[in-house]
Parts: sequence; C-alpha cells; structure tokens
Amino acid sequence: MDVTKNNRVLDTAALHASASNTETETATHIQTPLPDKPLVSIRPSKSWTPLNLRDLWLYRDLLYFLVWRDVKVRYKQTALGVAWAVMQPLFTMVIFSLIFGRLAGMKSDGIPYPLFAYAGLLPWTFFANAVTSSGNSLVGSANLITKVYFPRPLIPVAAVIAGLVDFAIAFLLLAVLMVYYRVELSAHILMLLPLVLLTTLLAVGVGMWMSALNVKYRDIRHALPFVIQLWFFASPIIYPASIFQDWRWLIALNPMAGLIEGYRAALFGRPFDWLMLALSGGLTLTLSIYAAFTFRRMEKSFADII
Amino acid sequence: MSPIIKVENLGKQYRIGAAQASYATLRDSLVGTVRAPFRRWRRRGAENSSETFWAIKDVNFEIAPGEVVGVIGRNGAGKSTLLKMLSRITEPTTGGIDLYGRIASLLEVGTGFHPELTGRENIFLNGAILGMRKTEIAARFDEIVAFSEVDKFIDTPVKHYSSGMYVRLAFAVAAHLEPEILIIDEVLSVGDAAFQKKCMGKMSSVARQGRTVLFVSHNMGAVVQLCSRAIILKQGECILDTDAPTAVSRYLNESERLTSAATFADEPDKDVQILSVSLTSAQGESISVHPHTDAFCLTIDYRVTEWKSGSYVCVDVFNENDVRLLWSSDVRSVDEMVEQRAPGAYRARVTIPGGVLSPGFYYFTSAIFAPGRGTAFDVKDKSVSLEIADAGSLLSNFGIRPHAATMIPLGWETSRLN
Repeated sequence: MDVTKNNRVLDTAALHASASNTETETATHIQTPLPDKPLVSIRPSKSWTPLNLRDLWLYRDLLYFLVWRDVKVRYKQTALGVAWAVMQPLFTMVIFSLIFGRLAGMKSDGIPYPLFAYAGLLPWTFFANAVTSSGNSLVGSANLITKVYFPRPLIPVAAVIAGLVDFAIAFLLLAVLMVYYRVELSAHILMLLPLVLLTTLLAVGVGMWMSALNVKYRDIRHALPFVIQLWFFASPIIYPASIFQDWRWLIALNPMAGLIEGYRAALFGRPFDWLMLALSGGLTLTLSIYAAFTFRRMEKSFADII
Repeated sequence: MSPIIKVENLGKQYRIGAAQASYATLRDSLVGTVRAPFRRWRRRGAENSSETFWAIKDVNFEIAPGEVVGVIGRNGAGKSTLLKMLSRITEPTTGGIDLYGRIASLLEVGTGFHPELTGRENIFLNGAILGMRKTEIAARFDEIVAFSEVDKFIDTPVKHYSSGMYVRLAFAVAAHLEPEILIIDEVLSVGDAAFQKKCMGKMSSVARQGRTVLFVSHNMGAVVQLCSRAIILKQGECILDTDAPTAVSRYLNESERLTSAATFADEPDKDVQILSVSLTSAQGESISVHPHTDAFCLTIDYRVTEWKSGSYVCVDVFNENDVRLLWSSDVRSVDEMVEQRAPGAYRARVTIPGGVLSPGFYYFTSAIFAPGRGTAFDVKDKSVSLEIADAGSLLSNFGIRPHAATMIPLGWETSRLN
C-alpha cells in the first residue's frame, strides 16, 4: 500500500517540471472551437416540463443495451430457461379451464374456454409482469441513478420492452392452440399490432408512474402486487365482457378491458367493440402523458432520495 | 480563451434528515397534503431555518478548455455534491452551470456492471451507460481489452473475476471515454500498484491531449501531480482557487490541527498497550512547531501485562503527501531483541536529530509489534503531528521552498587542487 502511495507522489522539483510539460503540450494541441451556445445548461428546472425527447434519442443505444441486459440475465442459471415465458400463462390457463371452464361453466362467447382464457391471459401476463418489473426498476437501479447521468425514463421503459420478448414467445403457444382448435384467421388479425403497441404504451405509462412513486414511497412495492391482482379480476380474462350487458361502460373504464376484448376479436375474427376500444386508447394516452409529466417532475429528486 | 465550464452562483440546498423524508410513507404524504395549507399559514418564512442546509453555496468559477483542475476539501465540504451537479445527477437549487462540450463523469468505476454478464458484454453495457454510442465502443473494443489485461477471460461472466480484474476492466472502459470534459472522483484508488501507475499515466495523457478534467481526490500527491490548478471547498463554499501546489499546501496547513501529545484509554485485554505518545524538544518542552535545525524527541509510554519474546517499539514518520519518510525501532537487529519485560509501565524515547526533516508537516505513527507477520500489540496511527519550520536554511534566503523530503546534514570537504 505504501509503495503505491510513494509511486504516486513526485517531489516538488519534478512537479514543476511535469506541470510545465503539460502546458507546452496543451498549447500544441489543436483546440476545436467552442460552440457559441452551451451544449448543456444546468439550471433548477420548473416543475412542469415535458420529457426531453432529444436526450432520449441521443441515448437510444443505452435503451437497447438495457433491454438486452434484462433479457439476457432473466433466465440465466435457470434450468428451464425461456420455457418459463410460456409456463406462466399455460399453467394459469389449465387451472382456469378446469375451475371456471369445467366446474363453474363460465361463458366464453362461443370460443373454447382454454383458448378464450389463454387469449386473455397472454396480454395480461405481459402487462402485469411489465408493470411489476418496471415499477421496481428505478429502485433496483439506485446505484446507476446516484452515479451517472442518463435519461431516467429509459430504465422503466427498458423493463417493459424486455417483457415484450416473453410476450412474443408466449404467442407461439397461442399459435399452436389456434391450430389445434382449428381457428380460422380473418383480416381482423391486422389489429394485433396496434393492440400490442397500445398495451405496451399502457404498461410504460403505468410502469413509469409507479417507478417514480416507488422512489419516494416504498409503499408502492407492497401495494403493486395487490393492485395488479385486483386489476386482474376487473379485466375480462376469466369471463367475457359480454356478461355485463348494459353495464359494459363500467368495465370499459379499465383500459385493459377494451384491449383484452380487442385481442380476442382480432384473433378469433369476431366483431370489434370500437367504442370500448376507443375508450381504452384514449385512457391509455391520457394516462401515459400524465405519467410522463409526473415522472419528469419527480426525476430531479431521484438521486437525492433514492 | 472563453471557458468550457462556467459555474455561476451555484447552490444546492438539502433538507436535514432528507434520509428520513425519503422513507416517508404515502400516509404521511396524504396527511401532509391536508395539513399543508395550515402549516404554510402557521410558519411562513421558516424555509431558511435550521431544517435546511446548503451543501454548496454561491460557488463561481470558470474553467478554460484543456485545464486540469483539482477539487479538494474535507469530507462533507461539498465536493461530491458539486460533481453530482456538474454531471447532471442532481439538480442545483440556485444558479447554474453551462457546459460548452460533451461531458462524462466517473464517480465510480464499473457503474452498472452486471455480474452475470461476460466481460465483453459488460464493456458494451458499461460504455453505453457512460454515454458512448455502440459504434464508438466497438471501435475501441480491442484497445479496452488490451488495457484491462483480461483478454483471456473476456467471455467469462464477471462474477468469476477477481476483484483486481474487475476493477481493471471497469477502469479500462472509463479510460477510453473521449469526452471534451471529464469528471473524475477518486477512481484512482483502485487496483494494485502497477495498475495504479498505469491509471495515473492514462490520466496524465488524457490531460495532455487537451481534454478538460475536473479531478476530486483526497490524495494530495495525485492532485499536485495531475492538476495545474486547484479549488478548495470548505463548508460548501469555494475558499481558494489557485495553482495546485499552493492550494494543496494551504489546504494541508489550515485543515490539519497539530497535536503534540495524545493519551489513550487503557484497554486491559491488550497484553501490551501504548498509553501515550508525545513530541517534545530535546529539553522536554512540548512542541507543535519546531525549527528544522534542532533535534526533537518522540516519547512513547506503554504498559506491559504479558510480553512476547522479541517484541519491539517503532515509529513511522509521514510527510504531508502521505509518504513514509522514516521508520525506526527501539531494537536495531535480532541480537538486540528483548526476551522478557516484566509487567509494568515503560517509556521509550527516540531523538530525531536536527536537519533530518525538511520544513513541512509530519505525522507520527507509533506501534508495538510482536515478532511474526502482522502481529501488532498496538498501533496508534498518526496520533501526533508536528510542523517543522524553516529556521533559515540556505535556499530559503533565495526564496526557494524546500524541495527535498529530507535535509540530513552531510559532511562536505573542499580542498584546493592546484
């Protein structure tokens, strides 16, 4: 240890020599002219400002690497690996089919119950996992947040996008089920992409909002699983939205309801409930914008309180 | 030249007990919201009271492109807060910073390293976290691997790395950042001696390329070696901004209180214990500033309950740059070792002749060792300190600061040759 200290210290005479060296070499170095306006101006921010999209774009590679890390690490040292992505909705589907499909005789709009349940569980599992991991993502990245600058929204957003990989894998099983039950595809399947985008946006919105709140109130960590569970029962997963009949608008206040019904309509070629879908889309957008502003307002204190 | 960093009236206010506030529960906050209007009405203008403190207050400075500036100060002086604001980790409360170049900060090496990922994967992840583009990292990948010296294990998960390898890889990524402004916090205190030397070399080459560097360290030697200029922070305020050697010596002079004597509480479970250490003149008077020409004494009083054969008392003398200048013990060879000391109190006194130490500040570590590797009875680390004042050395007459660590009087003879 002492040797290293000795190494680092020069005596004063050598010091002056090295200092003058630095000066001459700096002088010979060609300086690029400085910009007239500062590249970055750091000021106390006002409380309501929109997201800094330019910064997000500059750091797009980091988003890629954060997603890549989450995906890569998720199934390391697991015996079943990626199969877990299918296992969760598959076994839930089997249990629900037995309990609700067979025993309770739940209606399923004329679709075989297992298929009906799996088509609902698929987007739900993605949404629930994405919101949970996104909601805990900032607190889990405290070491990054206190040590280095990068646009903070990348962390909860990356957590959601990483969930899309599992979503895609679980979709493969759906394809198998659909072949098994001989479901014919219709043009409605084209709605799948906008539905996935909306679900992702909703998960990003809720996830960002929860992650920011979680930094300040660790209550979120405990409340989130509970809220997700309630939300599950408020969504038409084990039951069809049609059982509500005239009260459908009530269930439509849950943006996931319109989306899940939308998935079923797209996959099984059934008519879309456009009003419900529009309501879900509108709610998703409003919620995401609100979440973005809330996040922006809270992010400046993340490093101080995390 | 116009500045590349401009800091104006910078201030950062923290709430005292912010840590507790961060664990505020939702319930507290809800209750707080309800009560807020009343509280505001009741305690108007209580904002600046004792509930808050300024970690940084009214700091102003400008840094020209290519300057290498050290930031020094005690713990809690606001160095970290300043760096965190410069690197945009936390927002200022007042004032602002303008940066006219791309900035990268290294407040820690290996930020975001994931133990499950391989060295190769972590280079990319860490590079992206530090603000590098994927293409930039790919272009410098081979250089980074070569610098880190872990090429054989580059496809092994870093959780299997030794701590030395881990740190080398982490530093290698950081060292290959190429921003115009680089902020460094204490990252040099990593790795083994050889790697530290390599790091210092890399740092000075970065500085010589015309990069602007802000360097925070407790190692005054490193600050003097790397920086051309230094800023001293004290309780959040910038108290001095001048050339590095001046700033460092000023910092050391004013921040260290000299202690000429120290006594220690008796710890009965120790077989041999140091009871007190003191510095005195040859005449036995207590001293804190002493002329460099005069001898002085270090006295160690100790208690023996159970002596181990061959134990010895010793002293280390450190200068202000933390260099161990001198070591001395009460026995000089194995033959002189003491077989047995009866239980009781003893006094060891060593005399350091005049002229051995050149003007400056010195710290004395006293210890009693039992023979065998690393078995210390008692170590009192830098418990006493002393300023050696220049009592009219030859060079001081010409206005030259003492530039050698020691000035031991040597015998010179001059004879006429023709």
